[in-house]
Amino acid sequence: MITADAPALPTGAPQLPREHFLNVEYGVKSWLLTTDHKRIALMFLVAVTLFFFLGGAAAALFRLELLTPPGDLVSDHTYNKLFSIHGVTMVWFFLIPSIPAVLGNFLVPMMIGARDLAFPRLNLSSFYLFVIGGLFTLVVMFTGGLDTGWTFYTPYSSMFANTYVIAAVTGIFIAGFSSIFTGLNFIVTIHKMRAPGLTWFRLPLFIWAIYATSVILVLATPVLAITLTLVGVERIFHVGIFDPAIGGDPLLFQHLFWFYSHPAVYIMVLPSMGVVSEVITCFSRKRIFGYHFIAFSSLAIAVIGFLVWGHHMFVSGQSIYAGMVFSMLSFAVAIPSAVKVFNWTATLYKGSVSFETPMLYSLGFIGLFTIGGLTGLFLATLGIDVHVHDTYFVIAHFHYIMVGGAVMGYMSGIHFWWPKMTGRMYPDGWGRLAALIIFIGFNLTFFPQFILGYLGMPRRYHSYPPEFQVLNVMSTAGASILAVGYLLPLVYMLWSLRYGRIAGPNPWRAKGLEWETTSPPPTDNFEKIPTVTEGAYAYPERKETAHG
Amino acid sequence: MLGLWVQLSPDRASTVAGKVDHLFYFLIAVSVFFAGLIFTLILVFAVKYRRRPGNEIPPATKDNLMLEILWTAIPAGLTVVIFLWGARLFYHIFTPPTGTIKINVVAKQWMWKIQHPEGKMEIDELHLPLGRPVELNLISEDVIHDFFVPAFRVKHDVLPGRYSVEWFKPTKTGKYHFFCSQYCGTGHSRMVGWVYVMTPRDYQRWLTSGQPTDPLAVTGERLFQRVGCAACHGQESNGRGPSLVGLFGQTVHLQNGRTRLADDDYLRESILRPNAELVEGYQPVMPTFKGILSEEQILELLAYMKSLPPKEGEVQP
Amino acid sequence: MAERSDYLAHQFVDPIQQEQSSTLGMWVFLATEVLFFGGLFAAYTVYRFQFPEVFQHASHHLSVLLGTINTGVLLTSSLTMALAIHSAQTGHRRQLMAFLIITMVLGIGFMVVKGCEYHKDYVEHLVPGHSFAFDARYMPQAQMFFVLYFLMTGLHAVHVTVGIGVIGVFLILSLKGRFTPEYHTPLEIGGLYWHFVDIVWIFLYPLLYLVGHHR
Repeated sequence: MITADAPALPTGAPQLPREHFLNVEYGVKSWLLTTDHKRIALMFLVAVTLFFFLGGAAAALFRLELLTPPGDLVSDHTYNKLFSIHGVTMVWFFLIPSIPAVLGNFLVPMMIGARDLAFPRLNLSSFYLFVIGGLFTLVVMFTGGLDTGWTFYTPYSSMFANTYVIAAVTGIFIAGFSSIFTGLNFIVTIHKMRAPGLTWFRLPLFIWAIYATSVILVLATPVLAITLTLVGVERIFHVGIFDPAIGGDPLLFQHLFWFYSHPAVYIMVLPSMGVVSEVITCFSRKRIFGYHFIAFSSLAIAVIGFLVWGHHMFVSGQSIYAGMVFSMLSFAVAIPSAVKVFNWTATLYKGSVSFETPMLYSLGFIGLFTIGGLTGLFLATLGIDVHVHDTYFVIAHFHYIMVGGAVMGYMSGIHFWWPKMTGRMYPDGWGRLAALIIFIGFNLTFFPQFILGYLGMPRRYHSYPPEFQVLNVMSTAGASILAVGYLLPLVYMLWSLRYGRIAGPNPWRAKGLEWETTSPPPTDNFEKIPTVTEGAYAYPERKETAHG
Repeated sequence: MLGLWVQLSPDRASTVAGKVDHLFYFLIAVSVFFAGLIFTLILVFAVKYRRRPGNEIPPATKDNLMLEILWTAIPAGLTVVIFLWGARLFYHIFTPPTGTIKINVVAKQWMWKIQHPEGKMEIDELHLPLGRPVELNLISEDVIHDFFVPAFRVKHDVLPGRYSVEWFKPTKTGKYHFFCSQYCGTGHSRMVGWVYVMTPRDYQRWLTSGQPTDPLAVTGERLFQRVGCAACHGQESNGRGPSLVGLFGQTVHLQNGRTRLADDDYLRESILRPNAELVEGYQPVMPTFKGILSEEQILELLAYMKSLPPKEGEVQP
Repeated sequence: MAERSDYLAHQFVDPIQQEQSSTLGMWVFLATEVLFFGGLFAAYTVYRFQFPEVFQHASHHLSVLLGTINTGVLLTSSLTMALAIHSAQTGHRRQLMAFLIITMVLGIGFMVVKGCEYHKDYVEHLVPGHSFAFDARYMPQAQMFFVLYFLMTGLHAVHVTVGIGVIGVFLILSLKGRFTPEYHTPLEIGGLYWHFVDIVWIFLYPLLYLVGHHR
């Protein structure tokens, strides 16, 4: 999207710009009180990385327990706390904010040619709300825990649990407002602050993905907020709307909870899909296949995603006719995702494909998301779900989407835009090695769980019958490999900050407004706001002529 | 069982198990096809179109509307087929046949209390005869549980305050796991047991072994007298309360003008919250038995009520 | 280069972009508020369908008089808020401040009446919990009505309080002369919020106070 009067970027060996958003001001206060979307993005990066490793540590512990059939490493109560905090941390304090609050915050203004988001101070308050919510969760984690599962089903959570439910729901409630404000900021920014010439259908698909995600963020999260508040109220006052003693229906909680939590999974995966569109095009050196179809698929997923929540409740006591409607709609929501997978694959056709780290992660995303999505069909199929509901089959399915999909997309994005954010390149060899280790470790961890689930091993089990041991051992072995894979980037990315090769403005020769400014960018992003004259991914094309 | 061979699916021990497995295999075939297709295409394209001197700048490609339509319509059509097959099977799984043995299951943290109609009770075990359909009437005393038998391919949540039904027809003798399948607190993974499917003769022998028990309906009748139900609902009660003869399965007319089917839930609610759905023409004088009767005892009373003959001239549903 | 107005934030290209962004932002925020209250309205709907007579009898224990007064109070306050904004649009600063004060007073009046209602409910043993007592014919579900009543009106009251605070801030800013016919966006979007709070009450009032009153 070059414009006629863009500043000439320096030739020769790349140099760091003299002044950029990282060195314009030093000191703790300049970070903690910043309104620069790029600094806020980096602060979120640090925070979500911390929660990722905490959630991962909990998983390491319970996967260790699951090496042997009896519950002999930790008590059953501790085990229940481990999987509960793993879920809460990973869902609300890692996955949901990951791409939106880190990559979205950094890139949305840059990709649309704006100087910041619409509401920079609201953005900073989003960060602090996240931190405060996170503090509540940390306190819960380290002082007594939570044992309701991340799903807080009543009446267990409202009337029976003896752990810090109120503190946990408070933390999630506060973090929820962080999500809402982030989504609000993105919607307004994308609507109102696009550079001249940047029409909707010239936008990068990452922006479409963030936009669709933001619609879900603002509409679904408030329902979670009120639902968790109601659980807290019932615990404090010993009376509430889920209480069967006054005519309350425990299923009402499930409907309200899943009305948010199903769209939430699309919050977690849509942004990753956006990353994949950016990376596949750059590393195939060509335009995306089916731009409009991918853009509209993102919107379709967001809309239909609000209509399928009952597929979590097929055996809950919900009417079987409601179950049929939810099943039908759940198949419908799969179609736009399939369309995207086909379009990304077609983008590779006749491309010029290279395999740097970001591309490996994005290709991995397509493969693993495909498996995750196909296994979602099994769960949407009523007759099969009765058998596999609440077993390891479900766990395997959603980890294929969340880890094989969303986290791989996140890693792809972090590795793609790292040079833009920091001005430095990480060693690509180590990046590719880590990607490979993660891919292998991931599949070894989660594929056996499909089998375990069909065999009947229920979720959230601290001990299990001996015939399930072989598959559990395989899964734990995979998890240890996966852990190594995730620790590697921590090391080489930090290394790159000091010793990495200087990247220059556009080390990947990618198309996109964010690449037409320095790496790292100046505080107000562009010397002059560009005017856009071409569509997204306008990579040069070889004209096939008679002269060759 | 730490051998190299790993079983990939549980035993098939019910009429439904094979049906579920067949649908599952179809979905595996569809998944292998599409995953295989995508993986292959990606690998082929990655290799064939890898960056090389001469292919630094790729040729122009055009979008293809027909392709978009095809790869939208074909998956859509497939999902319709899968949906219909799954919905049909689901309907079958949720529709008990007639002539089932009705067994009551009361769940509580963290055990399963099971009552056979002949009166025999068991805890964390379920003995069944081969070849006869069984209907479980499930209720919880506390939180939500779930009764899951992998070998039968069937489960259902067990709710506090409301009965759930799960049916199956065992087709193979043997010993099969059952698991609690809805997280219910500390002892969730301990809330497991065994289903024993026996030949009809062995089952009879098991039923009559141990301490002799009265059928549930008889125990229920004794309870009916002992806790005072007979005072208002019995034959000599002067109509203080509606007669229970032939009540189960009928439609009752309520005080508020609406009608309600007198099913298990209604009868249970009438015992625990008598004034919530009062029958037309009666005073709100029935005391509540909440805290006085356990879920098992309520089920015994229900068994007694269901054993009462239909009203004269009416056919029992 | 044209001089940037002092009220124009650095991220915006021009005042029109800023004003449109602020307005869109408030509309999106109000959409989230609809969903926030929506959960409670959903619960209300479910239980009212399940035990309609209980809700009807419970509703009769609320004071229709006080509820109607409060409806009038809030509707009037929306009018005065709109008049305040009109005053800002036409540059009448003293009028603006007067209408803001009246709006605040009406808002506080609403809260006072609500407080009296809550006190009355407490005295009549209608507060859910240990002291709740009601006609045995409608127990135990009558308590559910009052749980919903206190939750819904309580959440609404929190929003009214926040609104009063925001209008107070506007009053101070008006005093300092911050609002002109060219720039009074905060008032416009604050007005949107206040109207929203009013509309929520318009739904709460019939659902809670007028159940079965047509009979």
